[in-house]
Amino acid sequence: MSASTSHHYTTTGLDSRKIGIWTFIGSECMLFITLISTYLIYKGRSLVGPFPHEVWKDPSTGHVFHSILNIPVTSFSTFVLLMSSLAMVLALAAVENRSVPKRTLGDKILGSSKLWIFVTALLGTVFLSCQAYEFTSFVHEGLTIHTNLFGSSFFTLTGFHGAHVTVGVLWLLSLLVIDFKRGLNESDVLHVDIMALYWHFVDVVWIAIFTLVYLIK
Amino acid sequence: MATTVFTPGTDVQHDVPKPFVPSPAPATVVKHKGGFWSWVATTDHKRIGTLYLFTALFFFIVGGLEAEVIRAQLGGPNRHLVSAELYNQIFTMHGTTMVFLAIMPLSAAFFNFLIPLQIGARDVAFPRLNAFSYWVYLFGGIFITAPIFFNMAPNGGWFAYVPLTTRAYSPGHNLDVWVIGIQILGISSLAAAVNFITTIINLRAPGMTLMRMPIFTWMSFVVQFLIVLAFPVITVGVFFLMMDRFFGTQFYEVAAGADPLLWQHLFWIFGHPEVYILILPAFGLVSEVLPTFSKKPLFGYPVMVYSGIVIGFLGFGVWAHHMFAVGMGPIADSVFGLTTMLIAIPTGVKIFNWIGTLAQGQVKYSTACLFAVGLVALFTCGGISGVMHSSPPADLQQTDSYFVVAHFHYVLFGGSIMGIFSGIYYYFPKLFGRMMNETLGKVHFWINFVAMNLTFFPMHFSGMLGMPRRIYTYDAGQGWDTFNAMSTGGAYLLVVATSIFLFNFFRSMKKGKPAGPNPWGAATLEWTIPSPPPNYNFATIPTVTSRYPLWEGREADIESARINQQGGKTAQQLGIVLPYNTIKPLLVALSMTIMFMGLMFNYWVIGAGAAAVAIFLYAWLASPLEPEHH
Repeated sequence: MSASTSHHYTTTGLDSRKIGIWTFIGSECMLFITLISTYLIYKGRSLVGPFPHEVWKDPSTGHVFHSILNIPVTSFSTFVLLMSSLAMVLALAAVENRSVPKRTLGDKILGSSKLWIFVTALLGTVFLSCQAYEFTSFVHEGLTIHTNLFGSSFFTLTGFHGAHVTVGVLWLLSLLVIDFKRGLNESDVLHVDIMALYWHFVDVVWIAIFTLVYLIK
Repeated sequence: MATTVFTPGTDVQHDVPKPFVPSPAPATVVKHKGGFWSWVATTDHKRIGTLYLFTALFFFIVGGLEAEVIRAQLGGPNRHLVSAELYNQIFTMHGTTMVFLAIMPLSAAFFNFLIPLQIGARDVAFPRLNAFSYWVYLFGGIFITAPIFFNMAPNGGWFAYVPLTTRAYSPGHNLDVWVIGIQILGISSLAAAVNFITTIINLRAPGMTLMRMPIFTWMSFVVQFLIVLAFPVITVGVFFLMMDRFFGTQFYEVAAGADPLLWQHLFWIFGHPEVYILILPAFGLVSEVLPTFSKKPLFGYPVMVYSGIVIGFLGFGVWAHHMFAVGMGPIADSVFGLTTMLIAIPTGVKIFNWIGTLAQGQVKYSTACLFAVGLVALFTCGGISGVMHSSPPADLQQTDSYFVVAHFHYVLFGGSIMGIFSGIYYYFPKLFGRMMNETLGKVHFWINFVAMNLTFFPMHFSGMLGMPRRIYTYDAGQGWDTFNAMSTGGAYLLVVATSIFLFNFFRSMKKGKPAGPNPWGAATLEWTIPSPPPNYNFATIPTVTSRYPLWEGREADIESARINQQGGKTAQQLGIVLPYNTIKPLLVALSMTIMFMGLMFNYWVIGAGAAAVAIFLYAWLASPLEPEHH
């Protein structure tokens, strides 16, 4: 779908790829709704700990598990992901306004698509690193996908989301390579636009996950 | 015949529509060149549709043979034709094959072939993604079907209820095959649905407003939304099962506090919309066939559209009627009982509209029309038994009995399959440029009609007498013997009917009478172009001014039909840019299938498959779709 089909007549005047990505996002919504619902349905049904928000004492060993979710770290990574959406917006604007002359240093910084695509990918990677840290610390504290229903549904839900962020970062990096090789131009605006839609969608899903999984007890 | 001259720029309403005189049928049929390679690398929606048709017919025969084994085994009491274990695999694969590998792809054949032709487009929105969908379907279909020869086919029923299907109770590879196969096939359907939604929204010819769209395209449109919204749910449900089976999660582990009903809910939130995914395309085909052979427009076109949309919406609110027996409580039972009764209303509206279309029409009972009328009759029977078990107390008596088997075969065989046969007889001339033999067609219809009723009607009685579905064998003297013998006789007769159909189909491909662009005197855009259509479909993109361009169209419609019917020119001569042929979608599909299969073997296979997907996907995305446009 990389080839431009813009010269073809379309009913709506929009490029087909734009309608395609919206349809795909609609489908992805159902995917995450199902995953989040499963998590919520299984919340409180685990027979053994550790639990997300409650302390649990293992009756056989007497070991005390603290509530496992690390809200400060996740708040930080949530903030990072939100900021990556801002960088994405700036990246798209930079590609769109490529031909506008840049006079001041500020114009040059704001108008650098390479910079903002890089920043978006970097922030996405920071988010993924936070998730990797979170996952490993949970495993050290005794929560794996085998431990209980919370572990199974938590790791699957956030893992699915992390996989989506990973795909997004790879996509961004490929855009960055194109930008360095030949520069993104007017014909790439749609490509970046679609990428941005996907990225914002993944971000919005995380807001839902952060609220429903981390914040609400 | 009026001879008003159409003047561009003026909006003259012609009072008397000028009837369109179709070009006469040619003496020979233009054959499009191209060997094996041109099929493997094709991105042409018509060729992909043809590939779907042949592959799905193959799987339809496979699923049919599985059904014959089931019926032979049940033909009399205490038979041991196959082992109980193999029997489990066969009934599981019969359901899985018919739903995912036969009826859905047969519909997909029509989506591919017809949607661009009906809306006046040169192809679908994403031609290579379209090829990808087909190859994923083919490889997924082979992957899930072949294991039956190694005694490894899925054996947990087509809805694979947990905890029976978890590793503890199904230790072999059988359910692994099902779990992986269903995910592969889901990707095919999702990719195709995104493609068709985009195509219908964005590639309609000028003047083809939504309310001028042929009803088949409308019903397909609704179906694509059902696929896009329902398939992710089963994907996640099956993904959980896969995680449980391969990686030891506890989603369906009752001992860990899991609720086995989670699976049933996820499955049926997908499963019930799936029922409409299977039937609505057939409804669409019948809604094309009946007006043509009644020589009048579809009765209540807008109501047909709206009822299709309402069915789509309500289809998401009835799933738990598959679960009345699990004890959801009186409130859930009542709600789902009511929504189920409610969905009978838009469906009934459709039945009345078809009858209204036939009423006072000059009905010509061609084979296609007979199958369409057959659908109206048989689907009504199936619909009525469906309303019977929308009532939870009645359902408790009928559930898991042969009564339910009778019900859904009346809607799926009497509905979907009859509608698809109708569509095949109707569109065969457009696909291959030749007519199917009508006499053989009518013989096929009548044997099929009798055999279908002989097979499935007695199941109502055996079910009412308490015969459970999926039973391996039974003792004599429970009152089931005669009914089962009748069903088995009917099933054998269906082999005769289907053989006649296949003979007719393949013979007509070579020896049928040349059809010409519009052999039935039909009204919609696909009949304004030669049969078989040239690879670019429309020499000039038509401007549409009416719902039935060839019946009530204005000069503009008639003029573009006249140009388009001539054919004979190549895309180059007309300056039309067509997508390149490419095998990259095939390679991505193949490596993806290998990647999934790796789960059953070892992680290196997964890694190799994933790497191949990445490489071929990159090659695909980095190469242009079509030559540069000048």
